[in-house]
Amino acid sequence: MTTDKIYFDRVTKTFPAGAARRATGGAVTAVDRLTLGVRAGEFLVVVGPSGCGKSTLLDLLGGLSKPTAGQILVDGRPVTGPGLDRGIVFQQYALLPWRTAAGNVAFGLEAKGVPRADRAELVARHLDLVGLRGFAERYPHELSGGMKQRVAIARSLAYDPDILLMDEPFAALDAQTRDSLQDELVRIWERTGKTIVFITHGIDEAVHLGQRVAVMTSRPGRVKQVIEIDLGDRSAVADVRSSDAFRHHRHQIWSLLRDEVRAAQAAERPSTTRTEEAPAGRGTSAPVRAEEARVG
Amino acid sequence: MVDIAERPTRLAAAAAPPAPVDAPAPASRLLGLGGRALHRTAALLALAAVWETAPRAGLVDRVFLPPLSEVLGAWGQLLRSGQLADHVGASLTRSLTGLGLAVLTAIPLGLLIGWYRPLAELLSPLLEVFRNTAALALLPVFVLILGLGETSKIALVLYACSWPILLNTVAGVKGVDPLLVRSARSMGLDHLRLFQKVILPGAVPTIFTGVRLAGAYSILVLVAAEMVGAKAGLGYLINYAQYNFAIPDMYAGIITISAIGLVVNQLLVAVERRFSTWRVDVTA
Repeated sequence: MTTDKIYFDRVTKTFPAGAARRATGGAVTAVDRLTLGVRAGEFLVVVGPSGCGKSTLLDLLGGLSKPTAGQILVDGRPVTGPGLDRGIVFQQYALLPWRTAAGNVAFGLEAKGVPRADRAELVARHLDLVGLRGFAERYPHELSGGMKQRVAIARSLAYDPDILLMDEPFAALDAQTRDSLQDELVRIWERTGKTIVFITHGIDEAVHLGQRVAVMTSRPGRVKQVIEIDLGDRSAVADVRSSDAFRHHRHQIWSLLRDEVRAAQAAERPSTTRTEEAPAGRGTSAPVRAEEARVG
Repeated sequence: MVDIAERPTRLAAAAAPPAPVDAPAPASRLLGLGGRALHRTAALLALAAVWETAPRAGLVDRVFLPPLSEVLGAWGQLLRSGQLADHVGASLTRSLTGLGLAVLTAIPLGLLIGWYRPLAELLSPLLEVFRNTAALALLPVFVLILGLGETSKIALVLYACSWPILLNTVAGVKGVDPLLVRSARSMGLDHLRLFQKVILPGAVPTIFTGVRLAGAYSILVLVAAEMVGAKAGLGYLINYAQYNFAIPDMYAGIITISAIGLVVNQLLVAVERRFSTWRVDVTA
């Protein structure tokens, strides 16, 4: 168990009730005694209904917040704060708008204390890695969404963390850009050997990217099941997404998520469901269809 | 769904027109440029024309509003005699000193208030009170405490300029995208470097907007301050000319102040652009 690169050891995170929630009483438990191991060099995808604490999980792992109970071990040592051994890629890119693409990639290197002389070469190499060789001097507002996310990925890779944490990084992109970035991410992962924890609400994305997929329950978040994804030899099949194995895994995760999505939706409108008491009766498949549609 | 056969012709049609349009372009462009310049200055020219003709036609008393040409003549004389330079010099020294001091004090204070929430909570009621007290209402207080000399005038400018800078700096710091802060924190930046590399550059455009506003204030309040117990300065010139019934001189002083206000604003706009290209481009 301790041989895992990352190990969530019965991690609980509760948030004090905000003003809006004070009426319903008590604190909100985002993650509840969650246990999950991630192997070194693995591409693990966490998928779950919205509001299940996926992003909380990532904040905890990134050291941006502290667990209420339990601990997170990285290489056997508990996480106590942010560190350059873990790089985070955010959905909204988080690029500094006053810096060029190159300046943004250099930002992490400055944080790490890489000497100025060595930065330029590292910046160029990583912009090259994400296919942005000619865009070093562009500002973020001159780049498309997909290019911005490439810059963000380059920035996180440049300071060479062991672990890459990705919080729905492609959710804001159009379908085609997302597909090509997914393929590229797999390529980068294969080339760099990083351990990647990738958070998404998209089932297709999870199956396509993950070696293993951890399916979470709705709030409070726990790991419902971890699924090993075996798509055979990816490079041998022209269109992975239409293979039988892909469909099988997709359905597997869809089934696991169906109940959770329903539960999450019921929790989001407590006033109506509480009085009716039987939300499962109506619209059984509609919520999941919506999820599917978003996955596209 | 689009008829594919149709597309090439449409492309060709789109590519074809520029050729004939190109030929008359230089002439019409020149005409357009002149037209636009005329359009931009038309209102100003109309004002000048009215100012020149109305007194001559007897529509207004030409003693109280002399024609523009007389005012410009008086302005020329003030310029040649060196008086204008003295007054402008005195005024600019005061307003730039006040503005400079405001920049030096209000920006650091604003950064502190924006960054440390307890300080903001402590000071904000006080700031609200002072902000809503018109600077000119405090002029007598400044004169009482600091006397009639330069100190009270510079202090008044400093006071008036501090608020827009302070409030914009606070807003700038608070307005920095929290995601950028999270992202920088995830890279292990300590507070000082987070401030230096994320908060400060992120707040610069908003701070500069404050400085530009302050630049306008510095001239507005100064003129009023110079009307009380000054021996030089544009405010003094205007007031003094009025007392002595040198009406064209008075208008010459007013025109000079407008001109200085315009120039200072343009300069600060240029500086603002220079420091915030990344934001200007987004909004443009």
